[in-house]
Amino acid sequence: MPDLTYREALRQALREEMQHDERVFVMGEDVAAYGGSYAVTKGLVDEFGEKRLRDTPISESAIVGASVGAAMAGLRPIAELMTVNFALLAMDEIVNHAAKLHFMFGGQVNVPMVVRTAAGWGQLAATHSQTFENYFAYVPGLLVVAPSTPRDAKGLLKAAIRDPNPVIFLEHSLLYGMKGEVPEGDFVEELGKSKVIRQGSDVTIVSYSRMAVASMIAAEQLAKEGIEAEVIDLRSLRPIDMDPVIESVRRTNRAVVAEEGWRSCGMGAEIATRIYEKAFEYLDAPVARVAAPEVPLAYNRQLERDAVPDELDVIEAVKRLVNHKEGGG
Amino acid sequence: MTATTVVMPKMGYDMTQGKIVRWLKHEGDRVEKGDAIAEIETDKVNIQIESFASGNLQKIIVHEGESVPVGQPIAQIGEPGDEPPVAQPNEQRQQTGAGEGAEAPALGVTGVAPEIQAAPKTPPSAGEEERAKASPIARRLAEEHGIELGSVSGSGPGGRITKEDVEKYLAEAASQPTPAAPAVAPPEGVPVETQELSRMGQAIARHMALSKSTIPHFYTTVEIDMSMVATLREELNQTLSSEERFSYNDFIMKATAVALTQFPKLNSFYTEGKRNIFKQVNIGMAIALEDGLIAPVIRECDQKSLFKIAQESRDLAARTRQGTLRQADYSGGTFTVTNMGMLGVEEFSAIINPPQAAILAVGTVAPRPAVRDNSLVVAKTMKATLSADHRVVNGADAARFLGELKVLLENSARLLL
Amino acid sequence: MNQDELIGLYRQMLLIRRFEEKAAEEYTLGKIGGFLHLYVGEEAVAVGAVSAMKPDDDLLTHYRDHGYALAKGCDPKKAMAELFGKETGLSRGKGGSMHMADVSKHFWGGYAIVGGHIPIATGIALANQYQNNGRVVLCVFGDGATNTGNFHESLNLAELWRLPIVFLVENNSYGMGTHLARASALKAMHSKGCAYGMPSRQVDGMDVLLVRDAVSSAIDYARSGMGPSLLEATTYRYRGHSMADPELYRHREEVETWKLRDPVRHFQTSLQLGRFLTDEQAEAVSKDVDREVDDAVAFADKSPDPDPSAICEDVYAGPEGLEVGTPESVGVGR
Repeated sequence: MPDLTYREALRQALREEMQHDERVFVMGEDVAAYGGSYAVTKGLVDEFGEKRLRDTPISESAIVGASVGAAMAGLRPIAELMTVNFALLAMDEIVNHAAKLHFMFGGQVNVPMVVRTAAGWGQLAATHSQTFENYFAYVPGLLVVAPSTPRDAKGLLKAAIRDPNPVIFLEHSLLYGMKGEVPEGDFVEELGKSKVIRQGSDVTIVSYSRMAVASMIAAEQLAKEGIEAEVIDLRSLRPIDMDPVIESVRRTNRAVVAEEGWRSCGMGAEIATRIYEKAFEYLDAPVARVAAPEVPLAYNRQLERDAVPDELDVIEAVKRLVNHKEGGG
Repeated sequence: MTATTVVMPKMGYDMTQGKIVRWLKHEGDRVEKGDAIAEIETDKVNIQIESFASGNLQKIIVHEGESVPVGQPIAQIGEPGDEPPVAQPNEQRQQTGAGEGAEAPALGVTGVAPEIQAAPKTPPSAGEEERAKASPIARRLAEEHGIELGSVSGSGPGGRITKEDVEKYLAEAASQPTPAAPAVAPPEGVPVETQELSRMGQAIARHMALSKSTIPHFYTTVEIDMSMVATLREELNQTLSSEERFSYNDFIMKATAVALTQFPKLNSFYTEGKRNIFKQVNIGMAIALEDGLIAPVIRECDQKSLFKIAQESRDLAARTRQGTLRQADYSGGTFTVTNMGMLGVEEFSAIINPPQAAILAVGTVAPRPAVRDNSLVVAKTMKATLSADHRVVNGADAARFLGELKVLLENSARLLL
Repeated sequence: MNQDELIGLYRQMLLIRRFEEKAAEEYTLGKIGGFLHLYVGEEAVAVGAVSAMKPDDDLLTHYRDHGYALAKGCDPKKAMAELFGKETGLSRGKGGSMHMADVSKHFWGGYAIVGGHIPIATGIALANQYQNNGRVVLCVFGDGATNTGNFHESLNLAELWRLPIVFLVENNSYGMGTHLARASALKAMHSKGCAYGMPSRQVDGMDVLLVRDAVSSAIDYARSGMGPSLLEATTYRYRGHSMADPELYRHREEVETWKLRDPVRHFQTSLQLGRFLTDEQAEAVSKDVDREVDDAVAFADKSPDPDPSAICEDVYAGPEGLEVGTPESVGVGR
């Protein structure tokens, strides 16, 4: 099986879907002539032309709104919002329109569209370094997906494009260069399903996107010290597939949720609560949350490093749990 | 033709009532559909309302300055000779309309905030304060194995008992050799019926084996003249119904409790290098069950009157028989009294119930020969045997405790205080 | 247009007028909930504009949408049932007054977010161009919406890509209680199109034939591939912004002045003067319209409410239809 980077895997998915379905097209800022701000769409305009790879003005609300209309009228648009920070400008079209028109019009219209966007950081300063999956995961009517591997990137993007619902597809700029095995040809990963990516018996680590990768690194390190972590990649944030998580916590009795965003009202709060609801009797300690400290992200490299969660934070959280230091008095 | 009833119109989604500020048309006036007929006041605005019918304004029902709920008739419009109007089915609808009616406090329109009832303050029972900090899985494991969380030391934050702590405790218990170890083979050729012990039975087996093998027991016996108790008991019981009668055990429990306050070493438990004295006197009374034994606890026994002790012990006994005891009923004990008097036993030695330091075993109260003032008399006596943990109690402590117990019971009027 | 078509236009305007008046009455009786934005006075715009469209041309409009629903051919019974929130409503009781739609008639809905539908209309025009199906989109919004970001982003995009869309500003001078002069730096609505390089034009919105004519030209322009235009129809609403509006922001005299140009009465008079409509015919049309409106109310009254399970229906689409669950499982009644 060939090794592809995450961005190549996305590109492959886009190409294959555009080849096999005329209705699929991409629009967003700098997706065509520039080759994509993260090079995901590089080369596609040469193959498919400007009808199917459309550079737009800087108009996030219209990009998403027009995608809603195009989807309603029978096409399969993929709107690219350069980073998830800019999705804030399109929130009305996402939340009030894409998510609700199927419902409000009594089932008369479908909105089969994908909004692709990316979280990320790297001395980009506060307004370019956020992650808002919880804002989207909150809204009924949306599907929200966040792949952590090249294989899932390809398989989940294909599934998202084919789904009749509006899908928010969350990439991560620091994962684009990551390599992994990706099956050739057509295959689809199921939306709405999480995956156990490492088996273990001492603690359950629940995560997604970049922090799932960090959790795997943490797990390797912990194994050297005799702690075997089970790592579960949620992949889908709406709906959240908790079954493998609950099954795991019932065996390990300890859980850590690792996310990149701020702690309060983040995904961890929701996942921890669902663990309490379904596996309370099995817990040996409260669920630990690894998340970013609640500050805007600074420009300075070290300050940024200190504020962004990583595998060391996951390791520390696991050790505290295992040594019975979590949730004191 | 039928006349039309004009109702107070709903002019906004959150409007529940309106006041007539002034009528723009008067009784007898001609009104055309669409004409403004009155000015009304709602919570938010003053607004003119229109007529949806044409005719004469035959009757004004609600006058200027009056306020009515939405949907109530305010006037009547019709032609002379019209039949009176039919009752509006629509009024019905307004009351039950989705969240519109005055019965919808959720909209906050009715204006009166509900009074927040303070939850009645229940004094925390001794058990609540002492609730062991344990994780859910530790709790569950302990319950499954019949272990008292109080006997387990917690290594988690704030002394929380973890699953590992319970597992360790179980492992230690298992590693103690049990007297009935299967090293003993049954006699050859003798048929055997094997009975599976219940979970409780197994827990008792483990618990008792652990106690006997880890606690250095020693035994002290005293004979107590129960004549005064007998007299007192009879007198008191004459004034009570048969359900409320005192038993000998109630007196014994009370006396034990008082004695323990004076000899706190007997109300403690041993941990490595330490004697831990309990700050409450919670006495468990051993009750035999079909497949075992349980000791429901009377808490703060020293603070309770004889009457209260009698009441509680009756209640606990009844619930034990019914099988409705809760964990809170049989946990938290600091000392145990076991009474085989009703079974005709004269005296016996009991096994200490960890984590306690002593247990008092009493036999029957029966007339026996006794020597008083150098003469032979018949007196109602009872033998009480104390088993104590020699690591925290020595012979002298035991003797003095029993001495005090004897004095209390032989001068039992004091127990009524 | 021939006589029948002219009478047809008149009947449609009268139907809208009577439907809205009846809706007002039903609202005061508590049978319609939420907000009710009535189209009384503006009938010529909806009827004129829609009459210039082909049946499969696409229409999107704002929340003052009942007139557009009726003009586009939606069944008044189903429209009234939607107002009553019934299962038989155009949107099955799930959308209400502001979200009527009938996709079978290419009426893609009324929208409650001011200006929120303008990018969506642009997207439908994009799809039409992409699929080369010859259809044009008419996107209607009010003067207030011309100051939203979505208006500017959409007009720019539509002109840039030469999309087959007509933007129609229904200028009734007020954004709820704020007069145009206090909201818009540029008072001439149609001039706003110049900022995006598209043809712009103003038309008298109280005259149904003038509206029809202006929209017709713009639609032809779009259909031929020349791109979008911005039309401004000046009109007036005789009633408040919604039922709860005490109209403190305007004078009665202003309303009365505009009433002198009542589009429905005005058109009736023109037809009668032109001998296209006799008194008897006018009377017959009036009775027929009243009956149609009464039938609509009767239908809505006796229609059932949606089943409680409807709360979880159509949250997600698809043959798999993502299981949202039962009302209990999503937290209803806890």
